[in-house]
Amino acid sequence: MIRFENVSVTYDGATEPTVQGVDFEVPEGELVLLVGPSGTGKSTILNAVSGLVPHFTGGTLRGRVTVAGRDTRTHKPRELSDVVGTVGQDPLSHFVTDTVEDELAYGMESLGLPAEVMRRRVEETLDLLGLADLRARPISTLSGGQQQRVAIGSVLTPHPTALVLDEPTSALDPAAAEEVLAVLQRLVHDLGTTVLMAEHRLERVIQYADQVLVLPALASAPQLGTPAEMMATSPVYPPVVELGRLAGWDPLPLTVRDARRRATDLRDRLARPTHSPNAATTAPPTATAQPNSAPSAGSRAARAAPDPTRGGTPQARSGDTPPPPAPTRRWPTLPRNRNRNRTAPRPPTPTTPPPPAHLQSVTVTRTHTRALHQATLTITPGETIAVMGRNGAGKSTLLNTLVGLLEPSSGTVRVSGLTPHRTAPPTLIHHVGLVPQDPRDLLYTDTVAAECAAADQDAQAAPGTCRTLLSDLLPGIPDATHPRDLSEGQRLTLALAVVLTARPPLLLLDEPTRGLDYAAKSRLVTHLRTLAAEGHAIVLATHDVELAAELAHRVILLADGEVIADGPTEDIVVSSPSFAPQVTKILAPQKWLTVTQVRDALS
Amino acid sequence: MSGSEAQPERRRTTRTAPEPRRSGERHTPSGVTAPRPAHPTPLHPGAWWLWAIGLGTAATRTTNPLLLALLIATSAYVVATCRPASPAARSYSAFLKLALAVLLIRLTFATVLGSPIPGTHTLVTLPELPLPHWAQGIRVGGDVTAESVLFALYDALRLAALLICVGAANALASPARLLKSLPGALYEAGVAVVVALTFAPNLIADVHRLRAARRLRGRPDSGIRGLLHVGLPVLEGALERSVALAAAMDARGYGRTATVPAPVRRTTTALTLGGLLGVCAGTYGLLTAEAGAYGLPLLLAGLTAALAGLRLGGRRSPRTRYRPARWDLRAGLVACSGAAVAALLTLAATTDPAALHPGVVPLTAPTLPLWPAAAVLLGLLPSLVAPKEPT
Repeated sequence: MIRFENVSVTYDGATEPTVQGVDFEVPEGELVLLVGPSGTGKSTILNAVSGLVPHFTGGTLRGRVTVAGRDTRTHKPRELSDVVGTVGQDPLSHFVTDTVEDELAYGMESLGLPAEVMRRRVEETLDLLGLADLRARPISTLSGGQQQRVAIGSVLTPHPTALVLDEPTSALDPAAAEEVLAVLQRLVHDLGTTVLMAEHRLERVIQYADQVLVLPALASAPQLGTPAEMMATSPVYPPVVELGRLAGWDPLPLTVRDARRRATDLRDRLARPTHSPNAATTAPPTATAQPNSAPSAGSRAARAAPDPTRGGTPQARSGDTPPPPAPTRRWPTLPRNRNRNRTAPRPPTPTTPPPPAHLQSVTVTRTHTRALHQATLTITPGETIAVMGRNGAGKSTLLNTLVGLLEPSSGTVRVSGLTPHRTAPPTLIHHVGLVPQDPRDLLYTDTVAAECAAADQDAQAAPGTCRTLLSDLLPGIPDATHPRDLSEGQRLTLALAVVLTARPPLLLLDEPTRGLDYAAKSRLVTHLRTLAAEGHAIVLATHDVELAAELAHRVILLADGEVIADGPTEDIVVSSPSFAPQVTKILAPQKWLTVTQVRDALS
Repeated sequence: MSGSEAQPERRRTTRTAPEPRRSGERHTPSGVTAPRPAHPTPLHPGAWWLWAIGLGTAATRTTNPLLLALLIATSAYVVATCRPASPAARSYSAFLKLALAVLLIRLTFATVLGSPIPGTHTLVTLPELPLPHWAQGIRVGGDVTAESVLFALYDALRLAALLICVGAANALASPARLLKSLPGALYEAGVAVVVALTFAPNLIADVHRLRAARRLRGRPDSGIRGLLHVGLPVLEGALERSVALAAAMDARGYGRTATVPAPVRRTTTALTLGGLLGVCAGTYGLLTAEAGAYGLPLLLAGLTAALAGLRLGGRRSPRTRYRPARWDLRAGLVACSGAAVAALLTLAATTDPAALHPGVVPLTAPTLPLWPAAAVLLGLLPSLVAPKEPT
């Protein structure tokens, strides 16, 4: 259906081809997953299918790309629009009209289909994607998952034989991602649509793939094979595969279900007294880094300090029986916390420094909707918190309140004892820093060097501070590059360096792993761990359960602006089907979170 | 929440979804019945605009405050009964506020700067600002007469009524819907306007977001400097988004053309160019005094030729329309009611100018001329014939 014959693409001005030796065929009715590190030309291959490369982007394409027998050399993208449907990374830049129904009809109108066919297909697609209730809604009022479904629907209505998707789930929460993937699977199974899809979050999609196309590195030939084959050698792989490789399973399991069936031995080995998930948990360094912090913070920190009784916890000894809740965790649950605060407000003692952040029954109302309701929480130095929840649950609102972009309609916010929205920005950046969802929002100048110089000036830091930080975090970013030309990972690191120049004790990150590959993600994890060890408090708003498992000491779940759970990562994510990482699901009822923990325990 | 509700829906369609694809789509499917629309087919947007233009024209024919108030009430009643539940419908209150602002500004000017209307009934005397001799024609302060205030009120009310009529058209049929009814040859231009209309709000949102982000860099987020500073990033972002949108539109078939035989192409060019020349010449003829009789026929001939050119030019585009707005009897009635109001008031203005332009010198109480008032009430017809939106 989609055939690449020895294709190479060289963009104008580039000396090396971006992709070369691309030679594969996607058979009809298969879902093929395109994987590989960032910057290896995945988008180039996807756009070559629809003819946008080279007709729209420019550059030279050698070889031949055919879709349903049509050569993209002789057919422009608009002449392929009846056989290929393309959805890019950002659904918002895909929409031409303003309501759902018109958007679904747009592609068919361009093709000149008769009115009654259009009407019927719009109704069918509305039902197929579960959009019937939203048909008359303006697109700008939809949630992220709904927008992604509308974008897929809008290319489905012309009944293309092939669908090309670039990271369809990267912006979505786990539940919305499953919704979109379920739709794709139905298209493949019921309608025989051919799907070619690129995605960084393999843990979400690998189980749906019939074949995997791996792009190992820039300008190297991609390889096509079954998922199990390709995952054995691929440079990028989901945690389930990593665990499989660690345990030496062959063939590699791709789904949690497969892995669970094989994991009995591993669970037994891990249940031996010397191994325990808790022993391997990286403890927040609070207890050691700040031994004489506030009493309240100290008691919190104590929970993470090595506990002498933990070497032989009942959980580790009891073998197959489900472990009782870990007795050493004394995390105050939210209701208790709130009551205590109501009866005896924490007296500000002059000797102890105020916590990096404290929220007291904060409510934020934005244009008549309650974005945050009665949120109460304290953030202590050195702890890493993951804030999770659906799209629109109030995660970004929480972060924006902490940096003073939003003013709470009731309740109090204190960041290092200051009220953020009343504090002058030059003072505030020394207490709290936010890396926004799109790091480009923070970057104004046209070179990396100028950006760093501006950051030094803003933070009144010694010249060169930001540049040194950047080089420490990620070596090899040239000074003269335009920030918009950096890769996603590099841009995020630059924004992080800019924010860290002011040395804020509280660091907030909004969706930091969107669009990052596994390598960039693990670099980010290392940086954030080091920062936490230095005593920075870190708050991440994220949909990435694997990141939360890897990094966070504490997880806060939000739903409709309310805090519905607040506690240590292993307690919160283990009990939640949508927020549990793959390793937890595989090794349940034992409480393991990451492959690193398992590896450390086994060695 | 919506997902769980949609679950039974999806299960139901599982059986119907794998219908024969890509073959025989030209025929009307026999087994599939089109689902009943949730809303009644909305009225053709052009009908609403013609109706509103008619009412607006009527408003310019009179300064009688009673007639103008009746016109405003008529349009407001129709908007209240017929407006759809779309975001554009909320623009009506914005137009009402704009009309009120116009009224107030006109009255303030008349009070402070005075007016050329000679009046004898002094309401108040404001302290007069002594001006140098070269500013002799201008007066600031001084006597405020009842006549001059009343004249300003009548004049402003006429403009306010016109604005409210435009607002009514906006609320009843958004301009984007109107653009969708453009002839095929103008489709590309229409899309450009629609994209621009949705682009402006995005641009403003970008400016807000980036100005807020300045706070994160420790810079003040207000002031003109902040605005200038984010200008370049905002434009860069807008440009990136435009390129992404252009790519998406190209991949979705925007600009597909059908092959048109060369004679048709040449005829189209000739008709369009000739038509536009005719329109220009005809308009010139109408506006100059000595043109005589050739003005109007030339204008009409030019218009016809241009429209024929547009229609022929539409052959180049193979597009079809999804649920096009149909011009039906109701649309005709709505448009006619607006035209009738305009025509009758124009007639009244020539036959009975005294009633439609009540004098202010000497002061008289305006009276309601009966048959022009009845004519204005014709504008209520749409509230009877137009489909009601479910509330």
